[in-house]
Parts: sequence; C-alpha cells; structure tokens
Amino acid sequence: MKKVLSLVLALVLCFSLVACNGTNTDDEKFLVGAIYINGQNDTAGYTYAHHSGITKAMEQLGMDKSQLKIVDNVAEDDAAVTQAIDTLASQGCKLIIGISFGYLNAMQDAAEKEQYKDIIFSHATGYLSNETNFNNYFGRIYQARYLAGIAAGMKSLELNNNNIGYVAAYGTEYAETCSGINGFALGVQSVNPNAKVYVSKINNWADEAKERQIAENLIDNYNCGVIAQHCDSAQPQIAAQEKNAFGCGYNSDMTAQAPKAHLTAPVWNWDVYYKLAIETAMNTPSEFMSKVGIYYGGLKEGFVDIAPLTDNCAEGTKTVVDAVKAMMINGEWDVFTNVKLSIDKDGNITKTEGALLDNEGHEVISADGNTYYVHNDAGALEAVEGGKSAQDGVIKGSMDYYVAGVEEING
Amino acid sequence: MSALAVVTTFLFTVLKYNMALLYGTVGEIVTEKSGSLNLGVEGTMAIGGIGGLLIGCAFDSIFVGIIAAFACAALCGLLFAFLTVTLQANQNVTGLTITTFGLGLYFFIGNGLKASGKWPDMLSLEGFKSGTEPIKIPLLSKIPVIGPAFFSHNILIYLGIIIAVVIWWYFKYTKPGLRIRAIGENPASADAVGVNITLYKYLHLMLGSGIMGIGGLLMAINLSGSFEGSKCWINGYGWISIALVIFANWNTVAAILGTFVFGLFNTLQVYGGSLSDAFPKALGWLSKIPPQFMQALPFVITAIVLVITSITNKKNNKPAAVGLNYYREER
Repeated sequence: MKKVLSLVLALVLCFSLVACNGTNTDDEKFLVGAIYINGQNDTAGYTYAHHSGITKAMEQLGMDKSQLKIVDNVAEDDAAVTQAIDTLASQGCKLIIGISFGYLNAMQDAAEKEQYKDIIFSHATGYLSNETNFNNYFGRIYQARYLAGIAAGMKSLELNNNNIGYVAAYGTEYAETCSGINGFALGVQSVNPNAKVYVSKINNWADEAKERQIAENLIDNYNCGVIAQHCDSAQPQIAAQEKNAFGCGYNSDMTAQAPKAHLTAPVWNWDVYYKLAIETAMNTPSEFMSKVGIYYGGLKEGFVDIAPLTDNCAEGTKTVVDAVKAMMINGEWDVFTNVKLSIDKDGNITKTEGALLDNEGHEVISADGNTYYVHNDAGALEAVEGGKSAQDGVIKGSMDYYVAGVEEING
Repeated sequence: MSALAVVTTFLFTVLKYNMALLYGTVGEIVTEKSGSLNLGVEGTMAIGGIGGLLIGCAFDSIFVGIIAAFACAALCGLLFAFLTVTLQANQNVTGLTITTFGLGLYFFIGNGLKASGKWPDMLSLEGFKSGTEPIKIPLLSKIPVIGPAFFSHNILIYLGIIIAVVIWWYFKYTKPGLRIRAIGENPASADAVGVNITLYKYLHLMLGSGIMGIGGLLMAINLSGSFEGSKCWINGYGWISIALVIFANWNTVAAILGTFVFGLFNTLQVYGGSLSDAFPKALGWLSKIPPQFMQALPFVITAIVLVITSITNKKNNKPAAVGLNYYREER
C-alpha cells in the first residue's frame, strides 16, 4: 500500500512540475527587472525612493505589479550584480534597472553580451553607456538645492544669523555632493550675500549617529541657525529642532520628523524618469537610446523638485522661490553659469554677469560663461572642452571645488 | 566659536553617543565570564532598543522602557542559552544567528509599524521625553567644562557606569560572582563542587544580554527614537563592543576607560576639524588625519593590546572555558 501511495505521489509531483512549466510560457507581458542595493520593503531611504518611483510609474502606465521582478540587497560587487542580471534576464525582463553607482561595470559587461542584446540596461547615477541598449540617468538636483538655498538664506536674514551648516556625506570627493553644496550655497548667497556655509562631512553615505552629532556641532560651535544636509536620515533636522534651529532636509519631505524646524527639502521624483524609460522600452525599444538616451532631467521635467515650503519659512519665501523656479523651468537661467542672481528684500531679481569663483578665488566658470574649469591630476585648474554636454559632465561627474562662501570644517 | 565650548561639547558627545558601547561590553563580559561567547551583541542590542522604545512609549515612561529593553534582550539571551546550554549548539554560529535574527526582527517590526503609521513619536510623549532629559548632578555639574561635559547627562549614561561598577563588585566580592567565574574557567570543577551550571549559565546569559539591551535603548533615545528604515540604530556598535571586551581585558571597570578611548576616536571623526580650528597650534594636525584612519584606530589598538599581552606572556583575564560548551557526560 505504501509503495502504491508513494508512486502516486511521485507521479503527482512530476505532473505538477510540468503544469508549472506550461503556465509560464504563455506569459507575454512586458517585464521590468530591478536591482536594489537595500530591501524592497524599506519604508525610507534610497531604495525606497526608487522602488516607489518604479511602482508609481508602472501604475500610471496601467501595468500590473507582477510585471516587476526584483532582486534586492545586491552589494556593489560585480559577481553579485551579474548574478542578479542573469536571474532577471532568465525571468524574461526586457528592461533591467540598476540603482546603485557601483553596478556600472557589471551592467556594462552584461549589455555587451550577445544573448542580452535585446535587453535594455538602465543605470542610475553612473556615467557609462553604449549606443544601443545601455544608458545612465541622473537629475539636476542642484537646481532644487538652489531653491532650498533661497529658503535657507531668507531664514538666515530673518534670524539675523549668517551662519548656515551643511551636513554632507562627502565633500569635493564626489561631484554629486560637491555640486549639491555649491548649488545650495549659491542659492543662499542670492538672498544673503554675507552668509557663510559651513560644510562638515560624515565620510559615509549613511551613519545616523554621526549625522546627528555633526548637526549638533554645527549648531553649538559654529552658531548655525539653519542646517542643510546631503544624507539619508532626518537626524540633522531632528537635532536642529531640538536645538531651536531650522533646516532643509533631503530626498523626502522631512516635515513629519521635524515639524518645527523643517523649511523644505530637495526631492527626487524618480517616477518621472521611470515612466519615460519603461514606456519607451516597452513600445519602441529600438529607439530607446535616441528617445531616452543619457538622461539628465531637472526642474523642467519635474524629475527634481522641492517639498512644499512649510510655515517655518521666512515671509515672502514662496514668491521668490516660485519666480526663480520659473526661470529655470523656462530655460531663462541656470545655476552654474556666468550669471548670478541677486534678490532683494522686496523680491526683485537682478542678474549680474561675471566669472564664478571658487573659495580660493580662482575662476571656475569664465566671465563669458563659455569655459568651465576643473582640477586636473596635478591639482591645477584646467579648461574643459566639448560644449554644453561636457559642461553638464562637470556638474555631474567632475566638479571638485567649493564656490566662494563655502568653508569645509574637517578638511 | 569658543575653544572651551568646543572641548565641552566634544567631551559631552563622546559620552552621550558612545556609552552604548559600555552596555554592550559589560553585557558581553558577563556572558564570557560564564564561559559563553555570544556574537549576537548587535542583534541583541537592536531587539532591546526597539522593544524598550516601543513598550516605553506605550506606557509613556522611561523606566518601563528600561525594564522592557532589559527583558526583550534577556529573551535573546534565553534563546542563546537554550540553544547552546541545553541543546549544545555551536556558540559562534548561534551568536551570529542571533545577530541576523535580531536585525531582521528590528526591521520587520519597524518597517511594519512605520508603513501602517503606528510608529510612536518619542518627542511628543511628555512622560517618556522628560525621562530622557539631562539630570544635572548638584555641585559637580557647576564645574566649568567638566561639569557640562560629564555631569549633565540623561539617566542611561549614569546607569551604564553604575552597572559597570556593580558588575565588577559582583564578580570580585560575591559568592555567586565567584561561582560564575569558576564556571567560566573550568566548568567541570565547578560542577564537582556542586554549582548548578545550567541554572547559572542561563541566568548570566540572560543578565548579560539584558544589559546589552539597555544600550540599544540608549542608542534609540540618542536618535530621538526615529526609525529611518535603511539602517539600524546600532550600526556596528555591537561588534565594536566585542572588540572592547578584549581591550578591557574582561574587566568591567576597565571597560569604562575603554569606552571612553573608543568614543574619543569615534567622535574625533566628527570633531577633528573643530578642535583643530579651536586650537590651531596644539591640535592643528588633527584636521590632516584621514577620517578612515580614525575609524580604524580603535581596532588597531585592540590588536596591539592583544600582541602586548601575548608577548609579555602576562596572563590575560580571558575565561579559559569561553566558547566551549560544557557537557557533563564528557568529563
């Protein structure tokens, strides 16, 4: 009896596997694959921001949740990333998204492989790409930071305190942090030319206790009245609130965590890019590189923005911020140019032309606005050739100086 | 910027943000003295932290929070004891499992409550929040620099020091302390003289883990009880605590000093630049040291301590039977 039963069970097992196979093949829906650095169930932080962006975009495109395949907690390690790509490719994904910078080499290698020629690879924050099926995407977050800088600068005028603190993951080591700091500082100076931005680094992308300690140090010892940040957690804002200071968060609206301190925060709307990328990859994959290509969206595309200004902001902030935002959206003006904005108490905006100087007094953008400089390997400033896209490349990939008015504490 | 203010806030920060290391270290010393190596400090602290904060906030009382942190973490100790004492499982593997389990549970509970909007806001709970306010010790807190730096902290900072001293006294001067030391050195002889090894191990493993748990609660309070989702509050402090046990040579009073030294280097990563600005002549060199070096320094010192103790052949206080399961039938 036992033998018969086991035989029957074995047969049932065999058939059930066959059945599985059968249902899998008739699935012809477009599948999106995503590789995350942290967990897909996070409720805050970098992975959360991307995951909500992808799911929101798919919802807008009327896609089903089952059309998203995820491999999460993937370290920035070529073998791990390659394995994740193989997994997603074998599941039939036609667009594979990698969200972390360190995925770049593994993604480039995969895009070159013959068997993956019909898969599109899209890589966040990187700089590598090819001409057929591999792009990178990032945003002009410095534009949003400029607007946050205006809010911070106006608050500093109201507080009658010219010291503003900036808790930064890194400083000039990464163009991402560096251009963010500079964008913010220029925004501050447009309303308060006497303001000074003190930058203090964590030397880590995420360390909540240090983020908080740095904010406390900036408030206690540098008398900063407003604390801006380039780090994931809301700890600098909470510290500012406890010490009766104010602040600008980052990545998400941090008003809930620090309602009495928070002014506004530069935020990403990743769904804007993901909608474009998924739609194009789904409908016209051959035109992906010409339609989407190397993507560097800003306020205009709605890819970056600032969180709604809170009541903690100084009077009149909204009018000024909206006016400058409109100038950036209609292409009339941008942050890293030879034109500086000065905004007076009544909100009148005046433009002045002139070279942009770093905090050592060297010219980093020429007075005619045509030449950008960055440090070469020998440490000297060198002109960058190649027009507009190369200038974007400076902001995105090689900016390594602070503008005048910025001082780094531990450097 | 006032130079003295920089020193004051620097020393204050050293204590406030690193005292959790002392809880972890003292807890691990208690554990190791009973002959067990528990590598689950990180996970135990995470459970103690989240359990203590949630229950403390629910009752709006820091004291309930402290007891709950102790109790939740002691449950981790109970699990460890059951696996390694009763079931004789490998201690290293069990400890690592507890770390994975503890962090997993931390994110599971935290993400779940955050997503459903039920995460408590510690700062708006008057009872709990007032319990975390600094307590100024009369007279001592009036001393310039030292007073505000060392004698105006929240209750958990003082409690850490008290626990470290009490445990030191317990091991040195009490009968149960002597017995547990005997178990850690040579369980077979302790067994021969009639010490109930299983009971003692269970109790001390739970006590050790419970102490670690209060450290977790301190880290939670230091971060205003804000759950951010991508990183755990403990963030590696549990691992540093294990290194500190060696640095302190299994002495809980020496662990106070060890905590201060580790904390000093830890905080210099934040304050190095400010101190060199405040004292350009004496400390100007601080800003030139790469922060990564500061991060590594405590571990380098621990390695040096290990090298020195082994070269001089001076007996270190490491319990001889640490890491070995005791099984009576194998005598």
